[in-house]
Amino acid sequence: MSEPTLYELSATGRKAVSLPECDVKLATIPEHLIRADNGLPELTEQQIVRHYLRLSQRNFGVDCGFYPLGSCTMKHNPKTSEQTARLPGFAQIHPFQDEAIVQGALQLMFELQEQLKEIGGFEAVSLQPTAGAQGELTALLMIRAYHAARGEGHRNEILIPDSAHGTNPASATMAGYIAVEVPSDGRGNVDLDAVRAACSGRLAGIMLTNPNTLGLFEERVEELVGLVRESGGVVYGDGANMNALTAIARPGDLGIDLMHFNLHKTFATPHGGGGPGSGPLGASSQLAPYLPSPIVERLPEDKKGSVEYTLTCPSHSIGRMSSFHGSFGMFVRAYSYLRRLGAPGLRAAAIDAVLNSNYLRVRLRDDYPVPFDRTCMHEFVCEGQPKGSEVRAIDVSKRLMDFGFHPPTNYFPLTVREALMIEPTENECKATLDAFVEAMRAIAKEAREEPGRLREAPSATPVRRLDEVRAARELTVCEPTLRT
Amino acid sequence: MSFTTHTKDERRAMLDAIGVASAEALFDDIPLHARFPDLELPPAISDIELERTFRRLSQRNVTLDDGPSFLGAGCYRHFIPATVDYVLQRGEFYTSYTPYQPELSQGMLQAMFEYQSMICRLTGMEVSNASHYDGATSLAEAALLALDEAGKNRSRILISPAVHPHYRDVVATYLSGTQASLIGPEDTTLSAADLVGKVCEETAALVIQTPNFFGYLEDLNGIAEKVHARGALLIVLVDPIMLGLFQPPGSYGADIVVADGQSLGIAPSFGGPSVGIFATRRAYIRRLVGRLVGKTTDVEGQRGYVLTLATREQHIRRAKATSNICTNSALGALAAATYLATLGRQGLRQVAELCYHKSHYAAVRIAALPRCSVNPVTPDRPFFKEFSVELPLPAAEVNQALQKEFGIIGGYDLGRSYPAMTNRLLIAATEMNPREEIDRLVEALEQITASRAVR
Repeated sequence: MSEPTLYELSATGRKAVSLPECDVKLATIPEHLIRADNGLPELTEQQIVRHYLRLSQRNFGVDCGFYPLGSCTMKHNPKTSEQTARLPGFAQIHPFQDEAIVQGALQLMFELQEQLKEIGGFEAVSLQPTAGAQGELTALLMIRAYHAARGEGHRNEILIPDSAHGTNPASATMAGYIAVEVPSDGRGNVDLDAVRAACSGRLAGIMLTNPNTLGLFEERVEELVGLVRESGGVVYGDGANMNALTAIARPGDLGIDLMHFNLHKTFATPHGGGGPGSGPLGASSQLAPYLPSPIVERLPEDKKGSVEYTLTCPSHSIGRMSSFHGSFGMFVRAYSYLRRLGAPGLRAAAIDAVLNSNYLRVRLRDDYPVPFDRTCMHEFVCEGQPKGSEVRAIDVSKRLMDFGFHPPTNYFPLTVREALMIEPTENECKATLDAFVEAMRAIAKEAREEPGRLREAPSATPVRRLDEVRAARELTVCEPTLRT
Repeated sequence: MSFTTHTKDERRAMLDAIGVASAEALFDDIPLHARFPDLELPPAISDIELERTFRRLSQRNVTLDDGPSFLGAGCYRHFIPATVDYVLQRGEFYTSYTPYQPELSQGMLQAMFEYQSMICRLTGMEVSNASHYDGATSLAEAALLALDEAGKNRSRILISPAVHPHYRDVVATYLSGTQASLIGPEDTTLSAADLVGKVCEETAALVIQTPNFFGYLEDLNGIAEKVHARGALLIVLVDPIMLGLFQPPGSYGADIVVADGQSLGIAPSFGGPSVGIFATRRAYIRRLVGRLVGKTTDVEGQRGYVLTLATREQHIRRAKATSNICTNSALGALAAATYLATLGRQGLRQVAELCYHKSHYAAVRIAALPRCSVNPVTPDRPFFKEFSVELPLPAAEVNQALQKEFGIIGGYDLGRSYPAMTNRLLIAATEMNPREEIDRLVEALEQITASRAVR
């Protein structure tokens, strides 16, 4: 049964809050600027609570069960992090308070910057970008400013492997660059010959996801980095897959000049049903002066007065990417996670993320072919068409829901047909992984013997397959206006 | 400490299944010199130490609950009903991903559909996306949409000098990757009517904020017609609380309405995360940025919701997408939706009225002080929630004194953004400031300005 909307539940005159009477003299409000009706619904508190509770029961999160959504790192979101972020000293502070009375917040930002620098092997970090894709755009605008400052503003091409996330080419376009696609080779690496051929005086840089979206570590990463650098290009690393490398390898040590971190993937801040996230950006010494402002700096003993930590702007900063200081609430959560784990805990987490992924790969590959079947990192990609069947990856995905699992990412990367991209994360225990394998095998058997069950799936969910064509044709994107 | 889940035996069995001797061997593809670095990170702490460490660190900050506060300038202290955190703490919502699989995401999808519906009605627009990062990035994307619509010959975004300085900075950064540029006069007293005269054949859009950064409400009736007559679009940046009481931009012909939604149930949290509101006319639905939820039915005819028009988006269109946005601020939109549903039709209007009356009460009382003047440049224009005070000494000094001697968090020192305004303080009053707090502020300002030398 569907849940009525807020507007369907609404009735004139209902109230859910009690606000104070006005305790000051009433001022004159210009009549011609006033509206008759603001169009909001009217409900009681109990109606609102039940409505959202019922809606939550029609939603699936990591707290509900296994969520192996490749490339999204759906790891457990620690409840301690939710508590620390809600401390009044963090939640109830204003970004324009005098620095002397927000030293705790600035210290936290500084220490998070320092830890990300150490984990990534970078000279400096700016916490400003509000999401991974914004981190990408930030990096590209920095690359643009860097080349322009060196009198090489004519460089206008960015190499992007064909397995890259869609955000990469979209960011390149927004930064005014031409996205040049580079193919993968037979082992799932970026094709080095293609990169060599594409390296010219027009090259501004490359966007490199490593491990790539096939879950594979670039086997000749240093050669690749060398080629781009020799041509005067900048190497940008997409940190979306950093969960495999945290405390395992530092991108800066591999020659990466710039990389964003996804706090909402690698450092366990919640995805929030699509955000907010946070995409801090690390930079090498050459690129650091271009980082967006602000950055928190710690003043030396002899210079500090009432202020030890202060906001600064890098010397050649490209400017601001968002208002105020970035997603501070996410910084508190990520920093909580980092302090709980420390370096050994971070390494253990990365190792188990990779162990779990390889375990699923070998246990599923007989039914679901793995096109680049070598040791993978934190995720792997298989074909979602079980051997001996004609069903599609979407059918397998929908049928998985009936077994109580969230499906993997499907139809990405584009380089694998009927792709299923599976990322178990480090948190899942062997029993869960085995149950997932059993479900996948049962589905493969069904796919061969009674494929109709897959095509009709799901049946155990609040709604069944939805008509996306109708949604796009009718474009009903809000409730009809009732009052005029 | 580490939070690994496998027992020793399980780990062995898994390694055997994979066919490697140790988990470390799984990393052989990484160049040896870079593998397993020694990281200099602080040692892990226990959960009890964590609680203590973070509480202490947080106590190094003076909070907005510690005393009266009159800081605004784009981030406000408003009442947050208990329903908001109740909803935000549902694990089914906050630990979910973007609802790519609609059958398992009906809750979030319907909540986003309702958010879109309420934003459409509040702004008077026809289409709202499912959220952007914050108000500033919403504005930057609005500028990019306008440039795209306007075509190659129109490469200027004309922005009011009274738009929030951070927003102006963000738009400028976003435009640094394009051939377009941000222009605008420096005179912050210009009204919307003055600015319309500067729209020319190179202008893609005019950006107006109301109430503007200084708190003035702009009279935008008739402005859109003039902007359109000159071939440009009108982008209006609003305070969503104001929309509880005042005319929506849709009623006077705005093409795109953007706002920061922090005021709608989101804690200030040092300025982020927030939620960006983005609403427009149906004509631009295919050029819209970000997620959009649409209504449909399932195979049995049941009502349901899906993400729609994905062909605009980066995961489908890649280099040709309307934006690179992927992660947005869905949970922020959920907070805003819960807030709007809880406040409701009467509540939001009442909050807006309280902000209006309290800010006017404060302004009238401060204006009566012998050495302060309020809204000194254009005193006749109506304002909402915020106003500026010309002081006889630097605003930074006044703020220091308010904090140290009176325990009051003062206003925004306008000299931080406008070098010629070092003696001006931007003061916000909301429903969270009872009269006695405002009276305390007035008395403190009187004492501070009376006792200190005029510069």
